[in-house]
Amino acid sequence: MDTVTLARAFFGTSLAFHIIFATLGIGLSAMVLVTEWIHYWKKDRDYGIMAKRWTKSMAILLGVAIPSGTIVAVQLALLWPGFMRIVGQVIAVPFQIEIFAFFLEALALSIYVYGAGRLRPLYRVIAVFLVTLGATASAVLITSANTWMNTPAGFKIKPDGTIYDVDPWKAFFNPSFYEAAYHVVVSALMTGAFVIASVAAYRLLKAGSQAERSIHSKALILSLVVSVSMSFLTALSGHESAQGLHRNTPEKLAAAEGLFQTQRYAPLAIGGYVDYDKKQIIGGIEVPYLLSFLAGDRFDTVVKGLEEYPRWTWPPAYSHTLFNIMVAIGFLLLGLAAMALLVWWWRKRNGQTGWPKWLLYLLLLAGPLSILGIEFGWIFSCSGRQPWTIYHIQTTTEAATKAQYLGALFVAFVLVYLFLGALVCLVLTHYFKRNPIALEFQSNKTLGDDTHGTAH
Amino acid sequence: MVQPIEPSIAILAVWVVLYIYSLAGSIDFGASFWAMVHANQETQAGRIANRFLSPTWEVTNTILVLLVVMTIGFFPKAAYMLGNVLIVPVSIILLLITVRSAFMVFAFSVERYRKVLQIVSGLTALFIPALLISALPVTQGGFVQMIQGQAALYFGKWLTSPSIYLYILFGLSSELFLSSLFLADYARESDDDSAYEVYQRYAVLFGPITLLVAVLALYTLEPEAAWLLDRLLRYKMWYVWSIIAFLIGYVSLWWKTKDQKVGRPRVAMVFVVIQYALATFAYGAAHLPYIVYPYLTVDQAFTQINTFYSLLKVFTIGLAILLPGFVIHWRLFMKDKRYLEGEKT
Ligand code: HDD
Ligand code: HEM
Ligand code: HEM
Repeated sequence: MDTVTLARAFFGTSLAFHIIFATLGIGLSAMVLVTEWIHYWKKDRDYGIMAKRWTKSMAILLGVAIPSGTIVAVQLALLWPGFMRIVGQVIAVPFQIEIFAFFLEALALSIYVYGAGRLRPLYRVIAVFLVTLGATASAVLITSANTWMNTPAGFKIKPDGTIYDVDPWKAFFNPSFYEAAYHVVVSALMTGAFVIASVAAYRLLKAGSQAERSIHSKALILSLVVSVSMSFLTALSGHESAQGLHRNTPEKLAAAEGLFQTQRYAPLAIGGYVDYDKKQIIGGIEVPYLLSFLAGDRFDTVVKGLEEYPRWTWPPAYSHTLFNIMVAIGFLLLGLAAMALLVWWWRKRNGQTGWPKWLLYLLLLAGPLSILGIEFGWIFSCSGRQPWTIYHIQTTTEAATKAQYLGALFVAFVLVYLFLGALVCLVLTHYFKRNPIALEFQSNKTLGDDTHGTAH
Repeated sequence: MVQPIEPSIAILAVWVVLYIYSLAGSIDFGASFWAMVHANQETQAGRIANRFLSPTWEVTNTILVLLVVMTIGFFPKAAYMLGNVLIVPVSIILLLITVRSAFMVFAFSVERYRKVLQIVSGLTALFIPALLISALPVTQGGFVQMIQGQAALYFGKWLTSPSIYLYILFGLSSELFLSSLFLADYARESDDDSAYEVYQRYAVLFGPITLLVAVLALYTLEPEAAWLLDRLLRYKMWYVWSIIAFLIGYVSLWWKTKDQKVGRPRVAMVFVVIQYALATFAYGAAHLPYIVYPYLTVDQAFTQINTFYSLLKVFTIGLAILLPGFVIHWRLFMKDKRYLEGEKT
């Protein structure tokens, strides 16, 4: 591989690793917030136990989230120095604010985890709220930088690369910022809830005492309620993002839909793969008129096709697949969560308790699928921008480092990611095996007065 | 024409954060190392180190990220050049930081393998400050070559230069000195005399060593960095004051307290902080106007003026909002006896 390709693969891998932990940092802290609130409100001990155990997982995941985030932050400068030279001059503000979001999260989290026993219950709720706020804000801010790459704004550039007339806030609130930030946040909340649902389903499939099952069942219902609403918002905001593509980066939408000719009454292609040589979609289903309607709310909306643009600026052909998978996961999970709640409600009405096995098995898949949705979404967003790093301003080749030794570094990092990924799984299973819920029943006698930390 | 003041403000801000991180990072990584050394002894020394680390390491790490982000924001061209030059050493540091943080957190959760995990995190932590500081001589000249307008590191020279190794040694001894002194103070605050004695002894040992290595490092600079030595001599008095501050702090480790305990670690800590401040800022002032000698000056690397003002605004507002958070954090984990004396042992 040449240096540019290596840098792309390297950076994509680092981000793909970081995003798992970052998303769970947002999603899980939001779930902890909800349970802490219910605990405070209803004084139901079960919710206190849930909050405590999820916080523990969060603390373990954080051990990887933070260093992997530090890695991507520094790699941004190491691998894309050409890009950072422009970023530093124009869109440094979100990165700077993000630091304060990190501080907020780090301070609030250590207060919540290690100070919980010394805090009054209400202050505990406030502390988790600040954790969630910090995590969510950092996602919104980093998304601002990313949307600025997709729809750059707030500066002018001379042919020799000199930058002038900079308006940092216009860069911050660039045209695709709002819908993307909205989509990123709700999809992270959705993922956190589905991951909890999967774990609860797994626990319910295994035998356990009545008290344990009751906790897991409560956790499952709670997470399903959150995930239904968040999946719904994810689909809505995704639709808005797609309309944003139509307005701001038509090539990307054309690649996502495999549309070659500019046309009114454009069809929506589902499935199949795009062949750039034959200029057609192979093996997909076409729903007539739908793309035009989705893009502009009218059947006669003109949707631009790829042929409008020079061949070298076409996004990769697999964009269509990435996009399709994300959307498919979105609708699948929305359906699954809604169905699960319906089944539960139906059985409850008929006086039955518990969950059918087949449903629990299906729910096992929800968490991992949701994380895959995040991965495909981001890779679609970043690869779909190619060959540009800053849309219509800087190509990826111009942005990339010229340094040597990238290959060896890449291998070293991938090995460390694999190793840490495996280790996190081991640590989580080991910890929860050693500290089964049954233990919590004994130690949690005094309501709301336990420490959440177990560091020593 | 009046010289614009903005670049000077920016470099001062970056340097202040660098100074803060060099102290906070040294203490943080050093504490990991001491926690490893004292993992299985009768004294509370290891436990004290861990009690300090658990709630603070994230905050410390965030200061590092702040440093990177500020450099990119205020001096994008410096980020560009340093990114190209330092890719290998910085990547190694990143890997070490990752392993250290992850293993430290895992060690808290997995009792059975705690010792192994702690050894790995302690050892990796030991080398991080040492490697971080090895980036400094690279900016002083002699290590960067220009190939077709592209800056690159003389890798072989970087690996073999004695000057680099003395800086590394300085980083190591500073780390051990600052962290043991800090933990001595933390132990005193926790009323733990046995741990105090342990860390006081380390501080007494590493204080003079650090001073000696620092002097040696300055006198073995690469010939290309002779300009720096010339300029450092202009700030001679700062170094004299710095050494005086060190001596006061050092001696105070034997002063008696009101309740007849030996040593005033808080006084020592304050004076050592002053010692490092004087030395760091004298060094920084001598280094100006170059960021990377002789290729890049502060003015050349400076960002767009509008971006500078937005960053400055954000920075001030952010700090103002977060200040109460830092205070609460401090009171909960540095002052609250319930935490210090180990409510959950
Ligand atoms: C659980 C994850 C998840 C799910 C189910 C969906 N998305 Fe998504 N999507 C993301 C997670 C995500 C993301 C990871 O958060 C992205 C990547 C970049 C971004 O801004 O958000 C994204 C990007 C993204 C973009 C690209 C924005 C850009 O490149 O500027 C579009 C057009 C959509 N999404 C549309 C949809 C639609 C119509 C969905 C239908 C249900 C959908 N997404 C479900
Ligand atoms: C180029 C992209 C990215 C950079 C430079 C970056 C940078 C970082 C850094 C430096 C940290 C560690 C902060 C600390 O020291 O406390 C971090 C953590 C985090 N990042 Fe990223 N990140 C990137 C992508 C993302 C994305 C896309 C998201 C979310 C959608 C995200 C969300 C988070 C969150 C929530 C955390 C905190 C983890 C936690 O505390 O749970 N990051 N990131
Ligand atoms: C966290 C989720 C993310 C993932 C999984 C991801 C994935 C990727 C991938 C796969 C590439 C390589 C694209 C290709 O060459 O085909 C890439 C490139 C890149 N991404 Fe992202 N990305 C993420 C978020 C971000 C964010 C938030 C930023 C903005 C700060 C960002 C900035 C970049 C840059 C600068 C490049 C290199 C230049 C380019 O290829 O355009 N990424 N990313």
